[in-house]
Amino acid sequence: MNRYYWILGAFAALVALLAVGLNLNPRDVPSPLVGKPAPAFTLPQLAEPDKTLSPKDMQGKVWLFNVWASWCVSCRQEHPVLVEFSKKVDIPLIGLNYKEVRGDGGFDMGKMPADEEKKLAWQRANTWLAQHGNPYKLTVMDLDGRVGIDYGVYGVPETYVIDKAGVIRMKHTGPVTPEILAKKIMPLLAELNK
Amino acid sequence: MKRLIATLAVGLVLNASPALASSATEAALAADPVAEKRLLGLSEELRCLVCQNQNIADSNAELAQDLRREIRGMIKDGKSDKEIIDFMVTRYGDFVLYRPPVQGNTLLLWGGPVALLILGIIALVRYQRRRAERVAAEDKPLSADEASRADALLKELDNK
Repeated sequence: MNRYYWILGAFAALVALLAVGLNLNPRDVPSPLVGKPAPAFTLPQLAEPDKTLSPKDMQGKVWLFNVWASWCVSCRQEHPVLVEFSKKVDIPLIGLNYKEVRGDGGFDMGKMPADEEKKLAWQRANTWLAQHGNPYKLTVMDLDGRVGIDYGVYGVPETYVIDKAGVIRMKHTGPVTPEILAKKIMPLLAELNK
Repeated sequence: MKRLIATLAVGLVLNASPALASSATEAALAADPVAEKRLLGLSEELRCLVCQNQNIADSNAELAQDLRREIRGMIKDGKSDKEIIDFMVTRYGDFVLYRPPVQGNTLLLWGGPVALLILGIIALVRYQRRRAERVAAEDKPLSADEASRADALLKELDNK
Protein backbone atom coordinates (compact mmCIF):
# COMPACT_ATOMS: atom_id res chain seq x y z
CA MET A 1 0.00 0.00 0.00
CA ASN A 2 2.80 2.32 1.01
CA ARG A 3 4.40 1.95 -2.35
CA TYR A 4 1.25 3.17 -4.17
CA TYR A 5 1.24 6.38 -2.14
CA TRP A 6 4.75 6.94 -3.35
CA ILE A 7 3.76 6.60 -6.98
CA LEU A 8 0.67 8.73 -6.47
CA GLY A 9 2.78 11.39 -4.75
CA ALA A 10 5.32 11.40 -7.57
CA PHE A 11 2.54 11.69 -10.14
CA ALA A 12 0.92 14.58 -8.27
CA ALA A 13 4.29 16.35 -8.10
CA LEU A 14 4.74 15.89 -11.85
CA VAL A 15 1.24 17.25 -12.54
CA ALA A 16 1.92 20.26 -10.31
CA LEU A 17 5.23 20.91 -12.07
CA LEU A 18 3.64 20.73 -15.51
CA ALA A 19 0.66 22.84 -14.41
CA VAL A 20 3.00 25.64 -13.37
CA GLY A 21 5.47 25.18 -16.22
CA LEU A 22 2.95 25.05 -19.03
CA ASN A 23 1.12 28.10 -17.73
CA LEU A 24 4.22 30.26 -17.91
CA ASN A 25 4.43 32.52 -20.91
CA PRO A 26 7.58 31.69 -22.89
CA ARG A 27 7.50 35.23 -24.31
CA ASP A 28 7.90 36.65 -20.83
CA VAL A 29 11.65 36.82 -20.94
CA PRO A 30 12.89 38.77 -17.94
CA SER A 31 14.73 41.82 -19.24
CA PRO A 32 18.18 42.41 -17.81
CA LEU A 33 17.57 46.10 -18.51
CA VAL A 34 15.10 46.54 -15.66
CA GLY A 35 16.90 48.51 -12.95
CA LYS A 36 19.49 49.79 -15.42
CA PRO A 37 19.71 53.22 -17.04
CA ALA A 38 17.81 53.49 -20.32
CA PRO A 39 20.37 53.04 -23.14
CA ALA A 40 21.32 56.33 -24.73
CA PHE A 41 20.34 57.20 -28.29
CA THR A 42 19.78 60.23 -30.45
CA LEU A 43 17.10 59.70 -33.05
CA PRO A 44 15.17 62.01 -35.36
CA GLN A 45 11.59 62.85 -34.49
CA LEU A 46 8.64 61.87 -36.63
CA ALA A 47 6.85 65.20 -36.42
CA GLU A 48 9.97 67.30 -36.94
CA PRO A 49 12.65 65.28 -38.74
CA ASP A 50 15.25 67.98 -38.13
CA LYS A 51 14.90 67.62 -34.37
CA THR A 52 16.20 64.72 -32.34
CA LEU A 53 15.40 63.22 -28.98
CA SER A 54 17.63 61.52 -26.41
CA PRO A 55 16.56 59.81 -23.20
CA LYS A 56 18.43 62.47 -21.24
CA ASP A 57 15.97 65.06 -22.58
CA MET A 58 13.36 63.23 -20.50
CA GLN A 59 15.38 63.37 -17.28
CA GLY A 60 13.29 64.41 -14.31
CA LYS A 61 10.11 62.90 -15.75
CA VAL A 62 8.51 59.52 -15.44
CA TRP A 63 7.75 58.43 -18.99
CA LEU A 64 6.61 55.52 -21.09
CA PHE A 65 8.57 54.34 -24.08
CA ASN A 66 6.51 52.30 -26.53
CA VAL A 67 7.96 50.43 -29.50
CA TRP A 68 5.65 50.33 -32.51
CA ALA A 69 5.54 50.05 -36.30
CA SER A 70 2.77 50.28 -38.86
CA TRP A 71 3.46 46.70 -40.03
CA CYS A 72 3.06 45.37 -36.51
CA VAL A 73 -0.25 43.55 -36.21
CA SER A 74 -0.39 43.41 -32.41
CA CYS A 75 0.18 47.16 -32.29
CA ARG A 76 -3.27 47.57 -33.79
CA GLN A 77 -4.72 45.72 -30.86
CA GLU A 78 -2.75 47.78 -28.40
CA HIS A 79 -3.18 51.19 -29.97
CA PRO A 80 -6.67 52.09 -28.71
CA VAL A 81 -5.48 51.34 -25.16
CA LEU A 82 -2.63 53.79 -25.60
CA VAL A 83 -4.87 56.44 -27.15
CA GLU A 84 -7.25 56.12 -24.21
CA PHE A 85 -4.30 56.28 -21.80
CA SER A 86 -2.92 59.45 -23.37
CA LYS A 87 -6.29 61.15 -23.04
CA LYS A 88 -6.68 60.32 -19.38
CA VAL A 89 -3.18 60.36 -17.94
CA ASP A 90 -0.66 63.15 -17.95
CA ILE A 91 2.44 61.02 -18.45
CA PRO A 92 4.58 61.51 -21.53
CA LEU A 93 4.34 58.58 -23.90
CA ILE A 94 7.24 58.46 -26.33
CA GLY A 95 7.03 56.23 -29.38
CA LEU A 96 9.93 54.33 -30.88
CA ASN A 97 9.08 53.50 -34.45
CA TYR A 98 11.01 50.30 -35.05
CA LYS A 99 12.23 49.45 -38.57
CA GLU A 100 9.21 50.99 -40.24
CA VAL A 101 10.29 49.98 -43.76
CA ARG A 102 12.81 47.18 -43.19
CA GLY A 103 10.64 45.33 -40.73
CA ASP A 104 7.74 45.21 -43.13
CA GLY A 105 9.22 42.43 -45.18
CA GLY A 106 7.42 43.61 -48.32
CA PHE A 107 10.25 45.67 -49.67
CA ASP A 108 13.41 44.74 -51.48
CA MET A 109 15.80 46.69 -49.32
CA GLY A 110 18.62 45.93 -51.72
CA LYS A 111 17.04 48.21 -54.28
CA MET A 112 16.04 51.01 -51.95
CA PRO A 113 18.31 54.03 -51.52
CA ALA A 114 18.59 55.42 -47.98
CA ASP A 115 16.76 58.67 -48.69
CA GLU A 116 13.86 56.80 -50.21
CA GLU A 117 13.65 54.53 -47.18
CA LYS A 118 13.57 57.60 -44.98
CA LYS A 119 10.83 59.26 -46.98
CA LEU A 120 8.74 56.12 -47.06
CA ALA A 121 9.20 55.47 -43.33
CA TRP A 122 8.05 58.95 -42.35
CA GLN A 123 5.14 58.80 -44.72
CA ARG A 124 3.97 55.37 -43.53
CA ALA A 125 4.33 56.23 -39.84
CA ASN A 126 2.46 59.52 -40.25
CA THR A 127 -0.33 57.88 -42.22
CA TRP A 128 -0.72 55.17 -39.59
CA LEU A 129 -0.96 57.67 -36.74
CA ALA A 130 -3.39 59.81 -38.70
CA GLN A 131 -5.57 56.75 -39.21
CA HIS A 132 -5.46 55.26 -35.73
CA GLY A 133 -4.90 58.33 -33.57
CA ASN A 134 -1.68 59.62 -32.07
CA PRO A 135 -1.21 58.89 -28.37
CA TYR A 136 2.47 59.84 -28.45
CA LYS A 137 3.95 63.06 -27.17
CA LEU A 138 6.41 62.38 -29.91
CA THR A 139 7.80 59.46 -31.85
CA VAL A 140 11.41 58.84 -32.79
CA MET A 141 12.43 56.84 -35.83
CA ASP A 142 14.75 53.84 -35.59
CA LEU A 143 15.06 52.89 -39.24
CA ASP A 144 17.72 50.19 -38.97
CA GLY A 145 16.67 48.82 -35.57
CA ARG A 146 19.99 49.51 -33.84
CA VAL A 147 18.36 51.31 -30.92
CA GLY A 148 15.89 48.43 -30.75
CA ILE A 149 18.80 46.06 -30.21
CA ASP A 150 20.14 48.27 -27.39
CA TYR A 151 16.74 48.05 -25.72
CA GLY A 152 16.58 44.29 -26.23
CA VAL A 153 13.53 44.57 -28.48
CA TYR A 154 12.57 41.21 -29.93
CA GLY A 155 8.84 41.43 -30.44
CA VAL A 156 6.99 44.63 -31.25
CA PRO A 157 5.10 46.08 -29.42
CA GLU A 158 7.16 46.51 -26.29
CA THR A 159 6.71 49.09 -23.57
CA TYR A 160 9.17 50.46 -21.03
CA VAL A 161 8.49 52.48 -17.90
CA ILE A 162 11.39 54.85 -17.23
CA ASP A 163 11.74 56.81 -14.01
CA LYS A 164 12.86 60.35 -13.24
CA ALA A 165 16.50 59.29 -13.00
CA GLY A 166 16.32 57.65 -16.42
CA VAL A 167 16.28 54.10 -15.06
CA ILE A 168 14.11 51.42 -16.70
CA ARG A 169 11.67 50.22 -14.05
CA MET A 170 9.55 47.85 -16.08
CA LYS A 171 9.42 46.24 -19.47
CA HIS A 172 6.35 44.74 -21.02
CA THR A 173 6.62 42.63 -24.16
CA GLY A 174 3.54 42.32 -26.33
CA PRO A 175 0.46 44.51 -26.51
CA VAL A 176 -0.48 46.53 -23.43
CA THR A 177 -3.97 45.43 -22.42
CA PRO A 178 -6.33 47.47 -20.21
CA GLU A 179 -5.71 44.88 -17.51
CA ILE A 180 -1.91 45.19 -17.59
CA LEU A 181 -2.28 48.95 -17.66
CA ALA A 182 -4.56 49.00 -14.64
CA LYS A 183 -2.83 46.34 -12.59
CA LYS A 184 0.84 46.84 -13.35
CA ILE A 185 1.66 50.04 -15.19
CA MET A 186 -0.63 52.56 -13.45
CA PRO A 187 0.34 51.54 -9.88
CA LEU A 188 4.02 51.73 -10.86
CA LEU A 189 3.58 55.18 -12.44
CA ALA A 190 1.77 56.41 -9.33
CA GLU A 191 4.55 55.12 -7.11
CA LEU A 192 7.31 56.60 -9.27
CA ASN A 193 5.59 59.98 -9.39
CA LYS A 194 5.19 60.24 -5.63
CA MET B 1 22.83 20.12 -43.13
CA LYS B 2 22.14 22.74 -40.46
CA ARG B 3 25.44 24.32 -41.19
CA LEU B 4 24.67 24.36 -44.86
CA ILE B 5 21.35 26.09 -44.28
CA ALA B 6 22.98 28.58 -41.94
CA THR B 7 25.66 29.36 -44.48
CA LEU B 8 23.04 29.77 -47.18
CA ALA B 9 21.01 32.01 -44.88
CA VAL B 10 24.02 34.14 -44.14
CA GLY B 11 24.68 34.36 -47.85
CA LEU B 12 21.11 35.39 -48.54
CA VAL B 13 21.22 38.13 -45.93
CA LEU B 14 24.40 39.46 -47.42
CA ASN B 15 22.92 39.53 -50.86
CA ALA B 16 19.71 41.07 -49.65
CA SER B 17 21.20 43.95 -47.76
CA PRO B 18 23.54 45.97 -49.93
CA ALA B 19 21.56 49.06 -48.90
CA LEU B 20 23.30 48.89 -45.55
CA ALA B 21 26.13 51.33 -45.28
CA SER B 22 28.49 48.61 -44.12
CA SER B 23 27.64 46.17 -46.90
CA ALA B 24 31.06 46.52 -48.49
CA THR B 25 32.79 45.50 -45.30
CA GLU B 26 30.25 42.72 -44.79
CA ALA B 27 31.06 41.29 -48.18
CA ALA B 28 34.73 41.52 -47.32
CA LEU B 29 34.06 39.70 -44.09
CA ALA B 30 32.10 37.04 -45.88
CA ALA B 31 35.16 36.50 -47.98
CA ASP B 32 37.13 36.18 -44.76
CA PRO B 33 36.53 32.58 -43.72
CA VAL B 34 38.08 33.02 -40.26
CA ALA B 35 35.67 35.79 -39.31
CA GLU B 36 32.76 33.87 -40.82
CA LYS B 37 33.66 30.82 -38.80
CA ARG B 38 33.73 32.87 -35.62
CA LEU B 39 30.36 34.36 -36.52
CA LEU B 40 28.92 30.90 -37.03
CA GLY B 41 30.40 29.61 -33.80
CA LEU B 42 29.07 32.58 -31.84
CA SER B 43 25.66 32.58 -33.40
CA GLU B 44 25.23 28.89 -32.65
CA GLU B 45 25.61 29.76 -28.97
CA LEU B 46 22.97 32.49 -29.10
CA ARG B 47 19.23 32.02 -29.03
CA CYS B 48 17.01 33.74 -31.52
CA LEU B 49 14.46 35.44 -29.28
CA VAL B 50 11.80 35.53 -31.94
CA CYS B 51 11.74 31.81 -32.67
CA GLN B 52 13.16 30.83 -29.26
CA ASN B 53 14.04 27.25 -30.15
CA GLN B 54 16.46 28.14 -32.87
CA ASN B 55 19.84 29.72 -32.57
CA ILE B 56 20.86 32.85 -34.41
CA ALA B 57 22.85 30.86 -36.95
CA ASP B 58 19.83 28.75 -37.93
CA SER B 59 17.13 31.36 -37.74
CA ASN B 60 16.12 33.49 -40.62
CA ALA B 61 14.00 35.86 -38.55
CA GLU B 62 14.64 39.56 -39.09
CA LEU B 63 16.08 40.01 -35.64
CA ALA B 64 18.48 37.11 -36.10
CA GLN B 65 19.71 38.74 -39.30
CA ASP B 66 20.18 42.05 -37.50
CA LEU B 67 22.04 40.36 -34.68
CA ARG B 68 24.30 38.51 -37.09
CA ARG B 69 25.02 41.88 -38.65
CA GLU B 70 25.87 43.31 -35.23
CA ILE B 71 28.16 40.37 -34.46
CA ARG B 72 29.89 40.80 -37.82
CA GLY B 73 30.49 44.44 -36.99
CA MET B 74 31.90 43.56 -33.60
CA ILE B 75 34.19 40.90 -35.04
CA LYS B 76 35.44 43.49 -37.48
CA ASP B 77 36.08 45.88 -34.59
CA GLY B 78 38.29 43.24 -33.02
CA LYS B 79 35.98 42.45 -30.10
CA SER B 80 36.61 39.20 -28.22
CA ASP B 81 34.04 36.40 -28.10
CA LYS B 82 33.37 37.20 -24.46
CA GLU B 83 32.69 40.87 -25.25
CA ILE B 84 30.28 39.88 -27.98
CA ILE B 85 28.43 37.41 -25.75
CA ASP B 86 28.29 40.05 -22.98
CA PHE B 87 26.82 42.53 -25.46
CA MET B 88 23.97 40.11 -26.11
CA VAL B 89 23.44 39.20 -22.46
CA THR B 90 23.21 42.82 -21.28
CA ARG B 91 20.44 43.35 -23.81
CA TYR B 92 18.51 40.11 -23.89
CA GLY B 93 19.51 38.44 -20.63
CA ASP B 94 20.79 34.95 -19.93
CA PHE B 95 17.92 33.62 -21.99
CA VAL B 96 19.86 34.51 -25.11
CA LEU B 97 22.49 31.92 -24.20
CA TYR B 98 21.78 28.49 -25.55
CA ARG B 99 24.00 27.08 -22.81
CA PRO B 100 22.74 28.67 -19.62
CA PRO B 101 25.48 29.65 -17.15
CA VAL B 102 25.85 27.74 -13.89
CA GLN B 103 24.52 30.10 -11.22
CA GLY B 104 22.01 30.29 -8.37
CA ASN B 105 18.84 30.19 -10.43
CA THR B 106 20.08 27.53 -12.82
CA LEU B 107 21.28 25.12 -10.12
CA LEU B 108 18.17 22.97 -10.46
CA LEU B 109 18.63 22.87 -14.21
CA TRP B 110 22.25 21.79 -14.07
CA GLY B 111 22.13 19.82 -10.83
CA GLY B 112 18.68 18.28 -11.27
CA PRO B 113 19.64 15.38 -13.54
CA VAL B 114 22.70 14.56 -11.42
CA ALA B 115 20.58 14.71 -8.24
CA LEU B 116 18.00 12.42 -9.82
CA LEU B 117 20.71 9.98 -10.86
CA ILE B 118 22.16 9.91 -7.34
CA LEU B 119 18.68 9.46 -5.85
CA GLY B 120 18.07 6.61 -8.26
CA ILE B 121 21.33 4.89 -7.33
CA ILE B 122 20.59 5.28 -3.61
CA ALA B 123 17.10 3.83 -4.11
CA LEU B 124 18.49 0.93 -6.14
CA VAL B 125 21.19 0.10 -3.59
CA ARG B 126 18.67 0.24 -0.74
CA TYR B 127 16.26 -1.97 -2.61
CA GLN B 128 18.96 -4.54 -3.40
CA ARG B 129 20.14 -4.59 0.22
CA ARG B 130 16.67 -5.07 1.60
CA ARG B 131 15.99 -7.83 -0.87
CA ALA B 132 19.20 -9.55 0.06
CA GLU B 133 18.23 -9.32 3.73
CA ARG B 134 14.78 -10.66 3.04
CA VAL B 135 16.15 -13.53 0.99
CA ALA B 136 18.71 -14.31 3.69
CA ALA B 137 15.97 -14.26 6.32
CA GLU B 138 13.64 -16.51 4.37
CA ASP B 139 16.25 -18.81 2.89
CA LYS B 140 16.80 -20.99 5.97
CA PRO B 141 17.95 -24.61 5.72
CA LEU B 142 15.10 -27.13 5.79
CA SER B 143 14.02 -28.49 9.11
CA ALA B 144 14.40 -32.23 9.70
CA ASP B 145 10.70 -32.67 9.13
CA GLU B 146 10.73 -30.80 5.81
CA ALA B 147 13.85 -32.64 4.69
CA SER B 148 12.33 -36.04 5.18
CA ARG B 149 9.18 -34.93 3.34
CA ALA B 150 11.25 -33.68 0.45
CA ASP B 151 13.18 -36.93 0.35
CA ALA B 152 9.96 -38.90 0.30
CA LEU B 153 8.61 -36.83 -2.58
CA LEU B 154 11.82 -37.18 -4.59
CA LYS B 155 11.83 -40.93 -4.09
CA GLU B 156 8.26 -41.12 -5.22
CA LEU B 157 9.28 -39.32 -8.42
CA ASP B 158 12.22 -41.63 -8.99
CA ASN B 159 10.01 -44.69 -8.65
CA LYS B 160 7.67 -43.57 -11.34
